[in-house]
Amino acid sequence: MLKGKQSWLFDNHPVIQSTGVAGGPFEGNGNLAKDFDILHEDLWMGKTSYEQAHRVLLEEATETALKKSGLSAEDAQFFIAGDLINQITPTSFAARDLKVPYFGLFGACSTSMEGLAMSSFIINYKGAKNILTGASSHNAAVEKQFRYPTEYGGQKPPTAQWTVTGAGVALLTENDGTHENCPYTTSATIGRVMDMGLIDPFNMGGAMAPAAADTICAHFNDLGVDASHYDLIVTGDLGKIGRDSVLALLEEKGIHIDKNKFNDCGLLIYKADQPVQSGASGPGCSATVLYGHLLNEMKRGVYKRILVVATGALLSPLTVQQGESIPCIAHAVSIEI
Amino acid sequence: MAKKKKTPQQKQYEQLEKKYETKRPVVKNCIKAFFVGGFICMLGQLLSFMYIYFFHFTEQTSGNPTSATIIFLSMLLTGFGIYDRLGQFAGAGSAVPVSGFGNSIISAAIEHRTEGFVLGVGGNIFKLAGSVILFGVFAAFVVALIKTLILMARGVM
Amino acid sequence: MLPMFFWAFVIGGLICVIGQLMFDVAKRTPAHTLTTLVVAGAILDGLGLYEPFADFAGAGATIPITSFGNALVHGAMQEAETHGLIGVLTGMFEVTSSGISAAIVFGFIGALIFKPKG
Repeated sequence: MLKGKQSWLFDNHPVIQSTGVAGGPFEGNGNLAKDFDILHEDLWMGKTSYEQAHRVLLEEATETALKKSGLSAEDAQFFIAGDLINQITPTSFAARDLKVPYFGLFGACSTSMEGLAMSSFIINYKGAKNILTGASSHNAAVEKQFRYPTEYGGQKPPTAQWTVTGAGVALLTENDGTHENCPYTTSATIGRVMDMGLIDPFNMGGAMAPAAADTICAHFNDLGVDASHYDLIVTGDLGKIGRDSVLALLEEKGIHIDKNKFNDCGLLIYKADQPVQSGASGPGCSATVLYGHLLNEMKRGVYKRILVVATGALLSPLTVQQGESIPCIAHAVSIEI
Repeated sequence: MAKKKKTPQQKQYEQLEKKYETKRPVVKNCIKAFFVGGFICMLGQLLSFMYIYFFHFTEQTSGNPTSATIIFLSMLLTGFGIYDRLGQFAGAGSAVPVSGFGNSIISAAIEHRTEGFVLGVGGNIFKLAGSVILFGVFAAFVVALIKTLILMARGVM
Repeated sequence: MLPMFFWAFVIGGLICVIGQLMFDVAKRTPAHTLTTLVVAGAILDGLGLYEPFADFAGAGATIPITSFGNALVHGAMQEAETHGLIGVLTGMFEVTSSGISAAIVFGFIGALIFKPKG
């Protein structure tokens, strides 16, 4: 049901029946290593290119999610996912092998929630019984495409972020009352593209904060709630700078959020001594942290109701060269247990 | 590339964001760049003397084997995954010496091998160094042209 | 000999500091910065200033990328002196060829034997 201007209510409570989370070496050394189902020790994962390794992550996360539910790929009606690589080829190639009808998404780092929102809507209105949705990224493949060859001695400024090598996939199911202690989605707010004129591709957090603020405001307005409604509001990958900026922006609009109930996946996933400058980023960031750590915390009773706001920067290496600014977007999904 | 005019709302956000933007440690970076860059040049000086005294090069011609040796060393450091860490630490200290030029070409070559040698390596090897070569050659062309014409006009040439 | 090492260190370091300031204060990309330095080297040699600078600073002036611009102009001028205007085109790579050739050759060898480490 459409609620307000740009939000959906999922009265039938689509259930996140199971998830699969795969990661790379950096993630294995990070804060949330035990919430990963599969961890690899190097970036190649037995393949001959970074792009193929990227695909392996997504395939493994998908297989794991299916295995945990005891279902097979044939039981899923749709596969809704995306990544950052040109023409989202890792996801499309994984879909080819999965043989499930496929929606390819591009929302940059907001893809995970874009997918979860769409999947929830489809399941809520009985457009499907089971949907596999997720997002993934691979640090080296992204660096190669967006920035510099991985062995190049370029110097990243302190505002830069580290792309997660990881994939998170969820199996979303129609709620028939039999899934106990499984989290379910209750609403989603679809973001609009915001551009505050920032041009530095090494400062994504600062560029994305306005989009997060806009979507959070829209969510509160549409649903008639405020920050106290949630045990935790978590953004996808704003990093240090983005987090501070979004809190300030929301204060300006009269929205006060308790700093202890506001966090960022990009700040949760790595340890303080890992050289990630401002925090983690990538479609795999929000996907792995939510579908692994955060849902595990919910099952343990730490959180009952959370709002996940995944943020994405919709730039390309070409637009940067052409002097364009960075348009961004944020999608929010609320999850309860 | 004309900079688009910013709306008042955009300008306001820019101010706000700047407050939270981690500032670059300029002084620390310059000190690191100075020491690493200076060290690489000193190494070059050592190699130069070695080529002059042991291999009978002259002061004029020792530059060639010296550059080649430094680039060979940067190939090893790049290939073993050390140059990128050095670059993060030293910034311009490793990018400005000729070893940085070598690293930019070699890292691109190594990276794009997955796309094959002809299209991948061949097509991408100058990804980073291309601007240096293009503008170096063109600037030299203009400068030499102007200088030659001036000398010809003065009747010296 | 020792003074040469000292000046190579100091001058080379200072040119790198100029590059670092272009990175951090002017916020230019490495490509923009190195391109500017190469062009500066070419212009300085055109003005006759780079050779005395190199005599004084030794490797401090010949190792940074600025010397690439200097070498290109040098080669062009040498040929122009003997062969006239066309020498500007034919002579450019005579002095500087080892740097570029080495980079290309070692780049290809590197691609043959190394895999990127990410």
